[in-house]
Amino acid sequence: MPEALNLADDRRADRRKEALELLDTLEREMPFPGAPRIGLTGAPGAGKSTLLDALVRELRPKGETLAIVAVDPSSRTTGGALLGDRVRVRSGASDPGVFIRSMAARDQLGGLAESAWAAVAILAAAFDRVFVETVGVGQSESDVAALVDTLVYVATPGTGDALQFMKAGILEYPDVFVVNKADLGAAATRTASELRSSVSLGDRGTSPSEAAVILTSASAGEGIDELVSAMDAHRQRLIDGDALRERRWRGREIQLLGALERRYGAFGIERLGGRRALRERVRKDDSVSAFALLARLGLEIEEALGKSR
Amino acid sequence: MTAPENARRDRPWMFRTYSGHSSARASNELYRTNLSKGQTGLSVAFDLPTQTGYDSDHPLARGEVGKVGVPISHIDDMTALFKELPLEKMNTSMTINANAAWLLALYVATAERTGADPKKLQGTTQNDIVKEYLSRGTYIFPPEASLKLIGDIVAYTVDSIPRWNPTNICSYHLQEAGATPVQEIAYALATAISVLDQVRSRGDVPEAAIPRIVGRISFFLNSGIRFVEEICKVRAMAELWDEITLERYGVQDAKLRRFRYGVQVNSLGLTEAQPENNVIRIVLEALGVTLSKKARCRALQLPAWNEALGLPRPWDQQWSLRIQQILAFESDLLEHEDIFDGSRVVEEKTEELKREARRELDVVLEMGGTVAAIENAYMKQRLVESQTARARAIENGDITVVGVNAYTNAEPSPLMDGGQSILKVDESAEREQIERLVEFRSKRNRADVESAVQNLEDVLRNGGNVMPASIRAAHAGVTTGEWADVLRGLYGEFRAPTGVVATEGTGGSQATTDTRDRVHRLADTLGRPLKILVGKPGLDGHSNGAEQIAVKARDVGMEVVYDGIRLEPGEIAASARDEGVHLVGLSILSGSHSVLVIDVLDRLRELGLGNLPVVVGGIIPEEDADKLCQAGVRRVYTPKDFDLTRIMSDIVDVVEETSPAP
Ligand code: B12
Ligand SMILES: Nc1nc2c(ncn2[C@@H]2O[C@H](COP(=O)(O)OP(=O)(O)OP(=O)(O)O)[C@@H](O)[C@H]2O)c(=O)[nH]1
Ligand SMILES: [Mg+2]
Repeated sequence: MPEALNLADDRRADRRKEALELLDTLEREMPFPGAPRIGLTGAPGAGKSTLLDALVRELRPKGETLAIVAVDPSSRTTGGALLGDRVRVRSGASDPGVFIRSMAARDQLGGLAESAWAAVAILAAAFDRVFVETVGVGQSESDVAALVDTLVYVATPGTGDALQFMKAGILEYPDVFVVNKADLGAAATRTASELRSSVSLGDRGTSPSEAAVILTSASAGEGIDELVSAMDAHRQRLIDGDALRERRWRGREIQLLGALERRYGAFGIERLGGRRALRERVRKDDSVSAFALLARLGLEIEEALGKSR
Repeated sequence: MTAPENARRDRPWMFRTYSGHSSARASNELYRTNLSKGQTGLSVAFDLPTQTGYDSDHPLARGEVGKVGVPISHIDDMTALFKELPLEKMNTSMTINANAAWLLALYVATAERTGADPKKLQGTTQNDIVKEYLSRGTYIFPPEASLKLIGDIVAYTVDSIPRWNPTNICSYHLQEAGATPVQEIAYALATAISVLDQVRSRGDVPEAAIPRIVGRISFFLNSGIRFVEEICKVRAMAELWDEITLERYGVQDAKLRRFRYGVQVNSLGLTEAQPENNVIRIVLEALGVTLSKKARCRALQLPAWNEALGLPRPWDQQWSLRIQQILAFESDLLEHEDIFDGSRVVEEKTEELKREARRELDVVLEMGGTVAAIENAYMKQRLVESQTARARAIENGDITVVGVNAYTNAEPSPLMDGGQSILKVDESAEREQIERLVEFRSKRNRADVESAVQNLEDVLRNGGNVMPASIRAAHAGVTTGEWADVLRGLYGEFRAPTGVVATEGTGGSQATTDTRDRVHRLADTLGRPLKILVGKPGLDGHSNGAEQIAVKARDVGMEVVYDGIRLEPGEIAASARDEGVHLVGLSILSGSHSVLVIDVLDRLRELGLGNLPVVVGGIIPEEDADKLCQAGVRRVYTPKDFDLTRIMSDIVDVVEETSPAP
């Protein structure tokens, strides 16, 4: 498993080809809907990793195997990153049924490394459930949302980060809201009711009343079963409403376009007729896996760029 | 020269030497020798398994038993430690924290067993857990539970052992972790406030006892090489303490508001290079806490000249004891009133420190006090920042450290004695201690032990005071590990935040930029950015080095997995595999490198990672370094490698050497 992730992260041409083959096979052979993919996002210190630890303790005894991708921001000036989440999920330390991989967000503003996308694909093929932890800074929510089936937003009571979050107008992304550190008392209940009221006000694009707001105490292990039920219920609703396929398909589109844009810039995208045309192609083309398509489109852009020079 | 006939001399402070090693018996002998040389108080160093609540035969204790202190697993060990020492007359300071209640219980039980009156016991349990999360690293339980345990000891001793200092609020360790004087003052006072607030909020302490309790709170300070500033720091702290105890706790009796403190002078600044210079540093630092009568310490312990090399031998400690004796008895230090009274410079500096410390104290209090500021990592992050600033200043020469970054051309030191200049703990100490423990266990009354353990659990579950039940357990023959297991079961275990994430070391020198370029170029060869794991195996809590390495590695563009202190070798190896790192860097300062590094190498090999390069840093004597390299370690770094950028560039070399050509 670790080698597969190393491979998927490798930018050398020969290794890239190998990785492509692997990812291509994985995607084509993956049964639908496969392992649930769940994102956890929220301000630094909200308790995302501690929640994951509690989730490990909740889900492992039931026999589920779990994979966690923990993404931390990279320094914009140096490119370096400090990855310190795994130790917070210590319950899985000596358990082969729990796999944790830390990743740096690399060149994207608080966003996700391209390799996180590949990592999720790889891990979903081998584990019963995949979690992705990212620091929420406002812009990254849409990135994670594109990567997962269910996005959980973790709020810290009393810090105002939930309020800011609502103001930023990104309330539409999360499918489940968690107010963690419920053991802190009144502040937690207050934050929860603030969230509840704005969620039910219908600021969200998708079915407002369905988004759950759950109080948890990750450190005391409280509310975790409810959180699991809420995540599972959300996904079940997607499956029942035949919406999961559409969600994954949109996610694929966002990932692909994002990756091309990062590699070749707006200028590169123009070579293939601009964003809209490209999106159309991506949306329609289901002949190959997303990864193969990315490679193919990349080549086309490179060729076009070569000609135009 | 003799003192004038009629000069009135103040009583000197208490002379202590922080010591203990191998076994209770060996340490007892050492204490008696030390006392015979004119030491006036005892200061017990426990080994790391004892400090973290493990019996000597616990797997985590491997390689650590009797190393950096004395192993105490049960009442017979404690009795042997104080054999023939008159407990009613001794003043004993115990550096024990997470399980302070347990070691105090063993001490009380030993007194009772040997016919001494517990009411007459005098001494100190360090018992400050806040600074364990921030610096010292021997915490076990979560902050809230820890604070309750501190409160238990305070509430118990106030009537039962009235001359005991139940908690010694420490700023010493904060400075060793990089704290500025302002941070030292603010965080220590914040800690004292959280302890007193805990005590005040519990039901079992009458309001009327609060002033007496305030009067029993003592402090443990550091004194660094900037000794003029240190004098002002102590004065500032004393004045702020007077204010706080009056205003916040309503203590009217000025005597009970007095700032009582002991000191160990700075060790962080003691160097491996030209180690003889350390003696001069130690003397100057001692002046910082003795010169000003108003701000003079109650007790003093000095490190030794070979601090950065390893554990001191009796002779090394004796030399430091002599410093104290010469200061107190030969010089005229103790003959004068406060020589700084009326000094404008001292007053202004003191006021400035007070002002800034008050501001920082308010930040912590507004956050909700020390518990909140530990959990959200605020204080730890500030300390790592300060330490990073210090490391950088040494690296680019803004701070002069003689023998390290200046005046490095020197004669070989005759003190070095071919590398034999430190204490070597006998390898058989661990085995013998375990044999004694196994025998002790087989001889005790099982039923008594079980009922004492059950009683302890019941009492704590109902929120009762830990002390009486622990004393009963001590008599019954419960062991250190068993006691701690009960509490671990009830309270859970805690991992403190590492504090490294927030520190962004910007820009840097040309060398830093060059190294960053190398790191970025290496990513092309490797196919992905250079990713390393910085690991701290074993019970060692020394985190400064690992933190600085982690921060610097990030600043030169590496992706760094750093998960804090006290990890098991198997855990580190598994992380290295799962994270797909290119290199593992281990940091060990507690002296257990031989066992732990080999263990990590074995685990890596078991996982098929025998080729993954491993480097090691810490207090590693040269001959051990050679052995580690023979076992497969690529590089060994010690304190003399102060240039972090150079270390980084070296790490790039190692990865280049070992990674297969593209
Ligand atoms: C500061 C300090 C402390 C602080 C630690 C604060 C903290 N959070 O780190 C405090 C006061 C808490 C402390 C406590 C103790 N200490 Co202490 N401490 C020191 C001291 C003075 C300096 C260490 C330090 O931080 N240096 C600064 C850092 C930056 O340097 P460094 O770690 O050496 O790292 C450099 C290199 O070694 C290398 N490096 C280190 N790690 C790594 C890792 C990698 C990957 C790489 C590439 C390089 C690298 O690069 C760094 C850059 O220069 C040393 C003596 C000395 N002067 O060295 C004693 C010392 C390490 N402590 C010692 C002892 C015994 C203790 C205690 C165990 C005492 C006791 N019985 O309770 C306690 C308990 C601590 C615990 N939980 O384990 C002994 C160890 C003896 C031995 N090895 O045989 C020493 C040597 C003192 C002595 N002579 O007795 N200590
Ligand atoms: N009181 C309380 N503290 C909690 C709870 N959950 C987490 N914490 C604490 O909050 C701090 C941060 O927790 P993490 O799990 O590291 O938070 P995170 O969101 O993963 O943080 P980043 O990865 O840095 O973004 C830690 O000190 C935890 O112990 C909770 O339910 N109650
Ligand atoms: Mg986290």
